[in-house]
Amino acid sequence: MSSSMKKLHSLYTDKSGKGKLLAAPYVFWSAFFIIIPLCMILYYGVTDKTGAFTLQNITAIASIGHARAFWRSLLLSVVSTVICFLLAYPLAMILSGMKEKKHNFIILIFILPMWMNFLLRTLAWQTLLEKTGVINGILSFFKLPSLRIINTPYAIVLGMVYNFLPFMVLPLYNALSKIDENVINAAKDLGANKIQTFFRVIMPLSIPGIISGVTMVFVPALTTFVISTLLGGSKVLLIGNVIEQEFTQASNWHLGSGLSIVLMIFIILNMIVSALLDKED
Amino acid sequence: MQKELIKLEHISKSFDGQMVLDDLDLNIHENEFVTLLGPSGCGKTTTLRILGGFVNPDNGRVIFDSRDITNVPPNKRHLNTVFQKYALFTHMTIADNIAFGLKIKNKPKSYIDDKIKYALKLVNLEGYEKRMPDSLSGGQQQRIAIARAIVNEPKVLLLDEPLGALDLKLRQEMQYELIRMKNELGITFVYVTHDQEEALTMSDTIVVMNQGYIQQIGTPESIYNEPENAFVADFIGDSNIIAATMIEDKLVEILGVRFACVDTGFGIRKPVDVVIRPEDVELTAPEEGTINGVVTHLIFKGVHYEMEVMANGFEWLVHSTQLTPVGTKVGIRVDPFNIQIMNKPESEDEEAVALEL
Amino acid sequence: MQTVKKIYVSLIFLFLYAPIGTLIVLSFNASKTRSKWGGFTMQWYASLLQDEVILDALTTTLLIAFLSALIASVIGTIAAVAMNGMKRRTRTLLIGVTNIPMLNADIVTGISLMLLFISIGLRFGFGTILLSHITFNIPYVILCIMPRMKQLNPSVYEAALDLGASHITAFFKVMLPDLMPGILSGFLMAFTMSLDDFIITHFTKGAGIDTLSTKIYTEVKKGIKPEMYALSTIIFVTVLILLFLVNKTPDKKEKTN
Repeated sequence: MSSSMKKLHSLYTDKSGKGKLLAAPYVFWSAFFIIIPLCMILYYGVTDKTGAFTLQNITAIASIGHARAFWRSLLLSVVSTVICFLLAYPLAMILSGMKEKKHNFIILIFILPMWMNFLLRTLAWQTLLEKTGVINGILSFFKLPSLRIINTPYAIVLGMVYNFLPFMVLPLYNALSKIDENVINAAKDLGANKIQTFFRVIMPLSIPGIISGVTMVFVPALTTFVISTLLGGSKVLLIGNVIEQEFTQASNWHLGSGLSIVLMIFIILNMIVSALLDKED
Repeated sequence: MQKELIKLEHISKSFDGQMVLDDLDLNIHENEFVTLLGPSGCGKTTTLRILGGFVNPDNGRVIFDSRDITNVPPNKRHLNTVFQKYALFTHMTIADNIAFGLKIKNKPKSYIDDKIKYALKLVNLEGYEKRMPDSLSGGQQQRIAIARAIVNEPKVLLLDEPLGALDLKLRQEMQYELIRMKNELGITFVYVTHDQEEALTMSDTIVVMNQGYIQQIGTPESIYNEPENAFVADFIGDSNIIAATMIEDKLVEILGVRFACVDTGFGIRKPVDVVIRPEDVELTAPEEGTINGVVTHLIFKGVHYEMEVMANGFEWLVHSTQLTPVGTKVGIRVDPFNIQIMNKPESEDEEAVALEL
Repeated sequence: MQTVKKIYVSLIFLFLYAPIGTLIVLSFNASKTRSKWGGFTMQWYASLLQDEVILDALTTTLLIAFLSALIASVIGTIAAVAMNGMKRRTRTLLIGVTNIPMLNADIVTGISLMLLFISIGLRFGFGTILLSHITFNIPYVILCIMPRMKQLNPSVYEAALDLGASHITAFFKVMLPDLMPGILSGFLMAFTMSLDDFIITHFTKGAGIDTLSTKIYTEVKKGIKPEMYALSTIIFVTVLILLFLVNKTPDKKEKTN
């Protein structure tokens, strides 16, 4: 019997914490590949090329170009998150209300598109949205005005909603499926109509799902540089594009890190707000 | 008998082609404690859900207070439900849980506060207003579920196996509590359970159900002492169910031996089933009884000994306070009054019921 | 109401799958530009087999996905077992750290790893991509195993010991099989995430090596080779068929539910 296995047992049966050895590989891994790298961003963010301390990289967000890109990112990501939520909530309600709960099948349907490369899938929207593309073909068939959104912020929002919708649907679906049917019945039993039942019982009970859904859409939408590159042409610059260029083209890692810190601050802010919302209940 | 409050008329319901209730009729009176009793899948919960409005019957009508409410949604019905596993709103405090129905009805705040106080007092949980449901024990959550329902002053309280998740001791305590609450509130309770002891303890009327049919309706005493068929006899308590022949009025042949009984009107030389409760089987010295047998098993049960006695090819279940060791030759005697004669099942459905045994 | 629901669900799925349909159609398009239909052809499938650049990228992608998912599954399983035995506070801390790569922006994770690799002087290439992918895959594995871990009945492991099994036997014969469904779905999740990743690979790959994602990204400006459409169609259809076969085999669990 190996000693590590003995330890495995001791930590599994009595929680004495003797099994630190077993946790060691992962603790080491996460320290080295998660914590230290983040510290490096912090370090680069607050130093200049000579290694001297500076806050310029962070305050650079206020410069006109950066501020505009950042504001645009914030706006588009908030709009996308709201649209995703409005689309996903009814869908999750319908799916969780289905008689036969084919849980795995539903999750599969949303993960399946990921097996086709996400860049290609996003690019496909160009083909669909083009002046002579499929969608305009259908619109003109019904004598409707044609859609000219390619290379505009609207196309970027569409790309964000398309790419991140599953990340909104799945947590909502999860949260809604977990609600005991009798709890909803109890609300009706106590006199609540459909609307009251929804706002007083179903919605509050799905808050954990709403929070993780919003986070999982908002964060990648706020920080993306790919969707704007693919669907915005080179006309619409987001904060993600700015940071990416600092690293791959301008090679100003300090500035890139500084701007990343700003992004992280917003991500953390989002998490704090979520945590507070969750606590309120 | 009190005034009729609820009438179920010709109720049928099937799920996915499976018949759950078949042409069920049931009357429930004001201020009555009615228990729907039966094994799982017998249709008792479906019946309750039809009353609550959560399931629509395929056929038939639900009459409540001489009004047809078959198609009235649950939120418009003047009855409230205590659900299995409580179904409390975990995101609200106890006070908000109890106030839920009253707030929906836009009652004034002072009225609501009084009601919460009263309800918590009734269920013996004063001072729990600010707690969250998750911080309560199962028994306490159960009481809150009852409080939440009764503050709406329903005419009928529906209880769906409310004690199922509690341990034995708590369950017995809650049985007394429920009877006390019912007497205090003076409303009708419709109670669903598969636990015969619960049913016998609390009910005014027991409705024994199996496979979508009502097997027998009666007081606990009549259900226990005079089961109408083998299913009821077997489901309620232990019993010896033996195929027999009715020789003539007041005389039945059991296992080839004639016993005096008190039943009449079964005809002459008719095959019947007899039910004899184990506590009604008297053991005597051999040759002094009606049949002779040998004790084959013996278990001490606390209040009594449980024995099996082999006599004329049948293992008789016997409860007695007298120790009779295994191997003892004994006689068996049964008071004519304690021999319950039942008709053999005739229809296919009844047959199905009998096969279940 | 039922029809409204059906229409709504169908529209959402149309939205999700329209681009996939488009790509499949494009893979049979004789015209080289995306915007014109030039008639049906299979030629891109044929030339795909000759295109070493794409096939190289495919090999790299699959190898990275497989290896990173495998290694992440091993590390993640051990980590989950270890975390289960930890004191509450230590465990909460470690779970918090674990969640960082999932909650953080991919671009930040990518940049941070890039800075790390530069500062320790690691040569950018296959190795750095693999390390990065393992890092962002481990959380998914742990996420899939933890719920199963909680359901596990400790007495079962003890029963195995009681019946004379050694700790090793008890772990491999009793605990591991119980965790297996979690580990497997963690592996599949990790594999999928790795396959679909672009952003983190973009920052950690260095010159001279490409996965399918990075290859496509470089092609965006000059136009995607139609062979790419053919390849992704093949991958997608393969997965679809595999899933169909898996779903066809009778699932005992589904029935007892």
